[in-house]
Amino acid sequence: MDSGEDLRPEEIVPLSQRPEWSDVVPVPQDDGPNPVVPIAYKPEFEETMNYFRAIYLSDERSPRALQLTHLAILVNPGNYTVWHFRRLVLEALNTDLYEELDYVEGIAKKNTKNYQIWHHRRWIAKKLGTDATAKELQFTKKILSLDAKNYNAWSHRQWVLQALGGWEDELDFCGQLLKDDVFNNSAWNQRYFVITRSPLLGGLKVVRESEVKYTVEAILANPENESPWRYLRGLYKGDTQSWINDHLVSFVCLKVLNVKTNHVFALSMLLDLLRHGFQANQEFRDAVDALWISNSEPLETDLAKAVCSVLESLDPMRVNYWTSRKSKLPVSA
Amino acid sequence: MGELAVDNHVEYILSVRKRKDSFESLVMEHLTMSGAYWGLTCIDLLGKLDVVDSEEVTEWIMQCQHESGGFAGNIGHDPHVLYTLSAVQVLALLNKLNVLDIDKVSNYVVGLQNEDGSFSGDMWGEIDTRFSYVAICCLSLLHRLDKINVEKAVNYILSCKNVDGGFGCSPGGESHAGQIFCSLAALAITGSLHLVDKDLLGWWLCERQVKSGGLNGRPEKLPDVCYSWWVLSSLTMIDRVHWINKEKLVKFILNCQDKENGGISDRPDDAVDVFHTFFGIAGLALLEYPGLKAVDPAYAMPVDVLNRIFFGK
Repeated sequence: MDSGEDLRPEEIVPLSQRPEWSDVVPVPQDDGPNPVVPIAYKPEFEETMNYFRAIYLSDERSPRALQLTHLAILVNPGNYTVWHFRRLVLEALNTDLYEELDYVEGIAKKNTKNYQIWHHRRWIAKKLGTDATAKELQFTKKILSLDAKNYNAWSHRQWVLQALGGWEDELDFCGQLLKDDVFNNSAWNQRYFVITRSPLLGGLKVVRESEVKYTVEAILANPENESPWRYLRGLYKGDTQSWINDHLVSFVCLKVLNVKTNHVFALSMLLDLLRHGFQANQEFRDAVDALWISNSEPLETDLAKAVCSVLESLDPMRVNYWTSRKSKLPVSA
Repeated sequence: MGELAVDNHVEYILSVRKRKDSFESLVMEHLTMSGAYWGLTCIDLLGKLDVVDSEEVTEWIMQCQHESGGFAGNIGHDPHVLYTLSAVQVLALLNKLNVLDIDKVSNYVVGLQNEDGSFSGDMWGEIDTRFSYVAICCLSLLHRLDKINVEKAVNYILSCKNVDGGFGCSPGGESHAGQIFCSLAALAITGSLHLVDKDLLGWWLCERQVKSGGLNGRPEKLPDVCYSWWVLSSLTMIDRVHWINKEKLVKFILNCQDKENGGISDRPDDAVDVFHTFFGIAGLALLEYPGLKAVDPAYAMPVDVLNRIFFGK
């Protein structure tokens, strides 16, 4: 397969002029007797697909059929039927699947968001089993180095970890990606995936202390970063009481409020804390008061309401959300 | 910016497949059925469906059906649940559902449900919450939801819920506006929206609006017109669409129009395509832009078509 990998279909001899294809009668696309709107296909696309249709209909599972699926994939890697037929041929020919992994890698680099390619990759990895683990982690790492938020690559990586294993270095991998870009929500999601699902780490409660420390540092470096705030909340999933009682949580809110810039998420978390029974001291009151720029109206005495008022003026795009939050607060004593 | 260039958009959609050397028509060949759904629904929302020859379209659609009951993206391709829904949606749009052997189609879809309640997209078994939505939406339009295990289907979708309130493609997958639309719509159709934390999810969704007024699909990503549909319809389903700034979003979508040649792109000044044209128009319809038909947020179809199917009027 390597021979044709970098060739564009227009650079090679047309199939109709190749002796090895002379016995095949191409089958043109049947768009129906009265096509709704006739599709103007490019000639090389049309020829490749006409031959593919012929081979597909005669169900010929041969080396040249494999080569033909390659040409068809080159003209359109999104064609689902071609990939499907390629798998049938691979099975029939008992092809070396490691070679197929390399082949897919070449195609995938140019088409990283194509569902068919990832599905094909998973099909191969499933067949190879744990022998493929390292290779698959390496492969997704490579794709993520090109686009660190590629949804298909993350999805494949999560499948590999759960189906084949390889959890050992995953937390470090997340750490590295977050070092590259701490705003990468996909990497934060993967971090959460690891700490909640890795069989090696002992679960959320075991890692919580170190993860809270890590997250608080990330927040203080970039308080406008939505992802670590949500991650922080996630660290207390199913344990709201610990979240309210953990001094680090209220500490990070207060610290960000006192910096007086990029504090929407800090205010939002403070609001959530208050709503769940957190008892704020005067320092929080002073910090929120200091953020109130309107001198026409005094801030509400109820701190949660005051937080909502500040958010309404700070985040006008979502003013209705904050107003709604305010309206749902219990009537203060 | 200005107004919606209705006639140019209709003209653009009708002309796409005739354009020579169009990259779009090349790569879209295998998913023509979805293209037909995007294009024709869009034309219907614009109130111009009468320019389409429904007999011709119906004839073509029926040639894409397989023995299994499923539909392919085009004649001679393999069936997939995505194209099966598109085929059913287009036939519904054209009031031609009577040409279908309803049990045959629904049996195909029912056969894709797995033991854990999830759905595969086809016989090769790729699993994704997108397919849960597609299967549920399709069976609902065919009045055959009773043939699957709805409880298990709902539980699988809920297992894909994240701590930020959103949904991913599989358990543990990152929240993504497209997956959230699919999950919420499936829950809406099965009457299960009470299982969602609407305030938490609503906040995540309204955080998707960026300064330009457009919406992104995940934190720190660029805004894109297709998310104006996915985020907007999701917010509508949970009654929180007023949490975003609608005027700014309308402006953003209108700014993505090619006013001269028709069509809507993902972002201002990019190349237009049918996919973004549909999602842009559907988004505007959901925002009650004047002159557009009302659109249903879960089925992504005109409300009058659904009324015909579910209430016989």
